[in-house]
Amino acid sequence: MLLQRRFEERTAEAYALGKIGGFCHLYIGQEAVSTGSLSVLRPDDYVITTYRDHGQALARGVPPRAVMAELFGKVDGCSRGKGGSMHLFDRNVNFLGGHGIVGAHVPIATGVGFAIKYRGGDQVCVCFMGESVVNTGAFHEALNMAGLWKLPVLYVIENNRYGMGTALHRASAIHSIHERGDAYGIANAACDGQDVFAVQRAVRQAVDRARKDSLPTLLDIQTYRFMGHSMSDAASGTYRPKTELEEWQKRDPIVLLRARMKSELSDAAYAKLDDEMKALVQDAIDFAEASPEPAPEALFEDVLVDTTSDSLGTRDSELGTRVS
Amino acid sequence: MPVITYREALGQALREEMQRDDRVFLMGEEVAEYQGAYKVSKGLLEEFGEMRVVDTPITELGFAGVGVGAAMAGLRPVIEFMTWNFGILALDQILNSASKMLYMSGGQYPMPMVFRGPNGAALQLSGQHSQSFESWLAHMPGVKVVTPGTPYDAKGLLKSAIRDDNPVLVLEGEMLYNTKGEVPDEEYVVPIGKADLKREGDHCTIVASGKMALVAMQAADQLAKEDIRVDVVDLRTVRPMDVEAIKTSVQKTNRAVVLEEGWEMAGIGAQVVDYIQRDCFDDLDAPVIRVHQADVPMPYAKNLERLAKPDVAKAIAAVKNVMYRN
Repeated sequence: MLLQRRFEERTAEAYALGKIGGFCHLYIGQEAVSTGSLSVLRPDDYVITTYRDHGQALARGVPPRAVMAELFGKVDGCSRGKGGSMHLFDRNVNFLGGHGIVGAHVPIATGVGFAIKYRGGDQVCVCFMGESVVNTGAFHEALNMAGLWKLPVLYVIENNRYGMGTALHRASAIHSIHERGDAYGIANAACDGQDVFAVQRAVRQAVDRARKDSLPTLLDIQTYRFMGHSMSDAASGTYRPKTELEEWQKRDPIVLLRARMKSELSDAAYAKLDDEMKALVQDAIDFAEASPEPAPEALFEDVLVDTTSDSLGTRDSELGTRVS
Repeated sequence: MPVITYREALGQALREEMQRDDRVFLMGEEVAEYQGAYKVSKGLLEEFGEMRVVDTPITELGFAGVGVGAAMAGLRPVIEFMTWNFGILALDQILNSASKMLYMSGGQYPMPMVFRGPNGAALQLSGQHSQSFESWLAHMPGVKVVTPGTPYDAKGLLKSAIRDDNPVLVLEGEMLYNTKGEVPDEEYVVPIGKADLKREGDHCTIVASGKMALVAMQAADQLAKEDIRVDVVDLRTVRPMDVEAIKTSVQKTNRAVVLEEGWEMAGIGAQVVDYIQRDCFDDLDAPVIRVHQADVPMPYAKNLERLAKPDVAKAIAAVKNVMYRN
């Protein structure tokens, strides 16, 4: 959590300095959601998320160096400089990407669940999304199939209460959005997203359900972003008052966890940990600075898998695992 | 050599590839119990079971996304759209997910998958069910687009599509399912990106694909009676396009007509003409003429529909036009 916080603070700074471009959505305030959720997964499970993806990438184990280099548009980035902030991918940790079209990755998660079931595996796919996703058609189509086919997918709504500048109650006909799972026979619950242990408990239960019984779950994990929607947006303004932000900041997930760990984590130990995280982020920035830009030839690389050597299409792909 | 229908040829391709690789599965509306809206998947459910021949709800965007996810996790999905008219509901998954996943991920996530279904106008289906999507779909990088016009090409190209590690969009001719042709018993594939010179002549080139390749052949038969001999270049794949085949033919005949089922504006024919003007500028004896659908939504009434569609008579008129025989 502390790594994500310090990483995002430096990301904001680098963005202001022009080192990072494009759309950039920070995760500050929501760290307990990624940390609590991903703490219960196995390495062979799958994770997929939206464009606010730095926190989940770090929590899943994508190296900070590779994430920062991607933000800097460098060749050592986790997507080789082709994706940027919104499209972090890392096959080494089954991190299936940040996706930029609201709702579009939800059926993709359902498809990963389908593949798991097809192969008879016991992995789980965790799909993070903002609460505004629940109003998209793709969400409903995806959940219907997951309920219909009983797929091992956990749909995690990171409910930070605003889809860009539109509050949940102005966008959704019902406000208790986990109940949307009822329409598809999908187990669902709401949970406090500022308490990392509450998140962990809820997610563990859902992951067990997926792993043991191949059943989906919809969780409404309630949180708040302490920054604007993106780097071009103030933390508070026309759509949400400063007082509201300040109320939520009292429930900063890192502060809450620190209070919980009072007896185990002394101030000195916390300061040391904080320094370590800051150093880790500094190292990521140094690495990103030093990493070269992609070579001009990279422009046309990876548009298609090269099949020119595949004279008559008879080559067997090495992708994936054959079902026996 | 056995003579079978285009639909049977596609069914054979699916069956053989599913036997060959158990990561391949077929998903779409009515593909399983109903045996396929156009009966392409007849018998597959019985042979492969419901995990590999999967009926979906009517939810194109959703199941196209399921295909993308399954491909990311190592399977090789074949996603059937009942028609490409419905497939456009899934355009977000094709364009924003499948076509650019490999690129956006820096080469980490290939999309070895097929989206397939009937394309183009049938008979009196009116505005929403009579559309051709070659140019829409071929516009984007990161996919291959094939448009088989014969049973032989349909089987060979679908097999290549399923084995390809890239997303391949297969546009089947809705009016071609019942057409018959020779298809060998033995194993073969048709390479993606290679045109086929379906007929040889030295007076004019007709470039076409899909159903228009059949129209081109019928036009060529009639023109032969008037001693006009045409080259018919059947593109078979519209992306990547076999520019060399077009060039070779036009440099021989010095005249070209391009047939396409879609509308004129930004159509596939415009791309063909661009290649011709680049490579054959000094070879041309006449401006290239395009034959395409009238620039209107497809009408229902028989007479109006006939007026709107590109057909043999229009193709013949165009060839005579570029030969200054009118």
